[in-house]
Amino acid sequence: MAHDAVGRPQASFQSTERSLMQRLSNDRNWLGAAFMLPAAVILILFLAYPLGKGVWLSFTDAKIGRDGIFIGLENYEWLSDDKIFWLSVFNTLFYTVIASVIKFLVGLYLALLLNEKLPFKSLIRSIVLIPFVVPTVLSAIAFWWIYDSQFSIISWSLKNMGLITENIDFLGSPDNARLSLIFANIWRGVPFIAITLLAGLQTVSPSLYEAATLDGATRWQNFRFVTFPLLTPIIAVVMTFSVLFTFTDFQLVWAMTRGGPVNATHLMATLGYQRAILAGNLGEGAAISTAMIPFLLFAIMVSWFGLQRRKWQQGGSDE
Amino acid sequence: MSDHHNHQDSASVTAGVNDASEGMSYLDGGIRKLIYVYLPLSIIMVVLIFPFYWMVLTSIKPDAQLINMDKFNPFWVVEPTFKHIQKLLFESEYPRWLWNTMYVSVVATALSLFASVFAAYALVRIRFKGAELVGAMIFLAYLVPPSILFIPLATIIQAYGLFDSPMALILVYPTILIPFSTWLLMGYFKTIPYELEECALIDGATRLQILIKIILPLAVPGLISASIFSLTLCWNEFIYALTFLSSTQNKTVPVAIVSEFVDGDIYRWGSLMAGALVGSLPLVILYSFFVEHYVSAMTGAVKE
Repeated sequence: MAHDAVGRPQASFQSTERSLMQRLSNDRNWLGAAFMLPAAVILILFLAYPLGKGVWLSFTDAKIGRDGIFIGLENYEWLSDDKIFWLSVFNTLFYTVIASVIKFLVGLYLALLLNEKLPFKSLIRSIVLIPFVVPTVLSAIAFWWIYDSQFSIISWSLKNMGLITENIDFLGSPDNARLSLIFANIWRGVPFIAITLLAGLQTVSPSLYEAATLDGATRWQNFRFVTFPLLTPIIAVVMTFSVLFTFTDFQLVWAMTRGGPVNATHLMATLGYQRAILAGNLGEGAAISTAMIPFLLFAIMVSWFGLQRRKWQQGGSDE
Repeated sequence: MSDHHNHQDSASVTAGVNDASEGMSYLDGGIRKLIYVYLPLSIIMVVLIFPFYWMVLTSIKPDAQLINMDKFNPFWVVEPTFKHIQKLLFESEYPRWLWNTMYVSVVATALSLFASVFAAYALVRIRFKGAELVGAMIFLAYLVPPSILFIPLATIIQAYGLFDSPMALILVYPTILIPFSTWLLMGYFKTIPYELEECALIDGATRLQILIKIILPLAVPGLISASIFSLTLCWNEFIYALTFLSSTQNKTVPVAIVSEFVDGDIYRWGSLMAGALVGSLPLVILYSFFVEHYVSAMTGAVKE
């Protein structure tokens, strides 16, 4: 018996070993692993590994061209006394909150408008998306020109209308620069939100509105109690993406102000770039990047609970 | 409130005549719609389109009209010139940058699509142990922004000896594209009936044959959506290209515009806008041909 029990697995082992190819194509797990391989290699080498390495770098004093040694929390201690770092945290939060709220309101409003019966609807929709298609840096350059201190078309128009007498210094003073960047960010982000919410709106059955209207619902009540609850899950996902990418924005600011004037528009990403790449303090820059992670996790958690609500609404467990 | 009741009354009278498929659009009067729909819509559209209009206009304006706004109406152009675009294409390294951008985008997209097709198929149809966990991790990878990766990646790229080479971007861009494309393709693969696959399996086809001969032809719209969107993302990418490339001839259009074109010249705006325009046009043209695919890529990945 004992001999038998040892012998049998050996025999079956030999039979499955017949050929690697056959085993690969028959076994679900092996086949799955083989199919996942190309994606996994790239994502592990260039995403998971750098993510971990970034956290590690933030605990070292690495500089460009020199591996650092472990220095514990020194980078973070240094940053906690750094006014410019805290200014960049404030700027990032200010930028993210203001831009996201306005993008959401305008995006939802635009989606509702586009959901009306309109002539040339698909043409209008295509035009709305153009700010999203044009590469961000290139449209940022266009905004830079629109915000020019001497030849700004906005200043010119307002002057000709007699509303102002001096050119507006859009990017020259801290508050103006912040608001100008926020406006450009909203301009670029609204189409994405509007078009994805529109896709969500189009899945709402008109019979729901008819039923609500027969029950005496006003337009506002229709929106508040029919449209909005049904749209919540999509809003949760879209806004998570929007918040994530606004929070980690880099190119708009870098193309227009590079963090100036007097660091008033430095976001955490641009400050990280300046410290790590331009000044060469990789460790310190990595600490700034790592400090962004808790905020991102918070945004993802919020989205997660939004999705939970979707499952609950649909009265089901999965999908 | 009373306004609303009036509408309802007239609605109940005409409801019988109206086509049921029109939903409730009969509630909308002409002027009401003009004020509440067309007016705000036009304002938003003008704001959304204006910077692009301004870009086009500036790139064909002669310098004299650019800086003398009181003599010439700035919102229009008289005697348009192609001087800026010509200068860009024949007297600068712009064609080289355009080529770099295209090359990197196309190769990175192809690489990502290859990896994503296999990954999406494995996740949806092979259902190996842990497939759900891997799927969730790929979704999380989608949420990791380049802004927190570029510093450690710069050291890794340096260590691999890829610094200042297009290869660095070709290998790094798929980290943005694969999570997105995999997620999108999973949605498409799910809609393909299982029975097709079962028949082929019984006939002795391997998984690879099934994927190439049955699934892929049926998922062509998904493949187009994924590639168009991936191309756009690559073309748009800035922070990696800015960090990993240093020599002028290797730069991509977005980085080159910001770092090479900006000299204190008062007349630079014409050529800057021409550069922005020429850099945007390929994408806009591509987009105009594939609007539907583009929209489904954008909304599909979010809806999943």
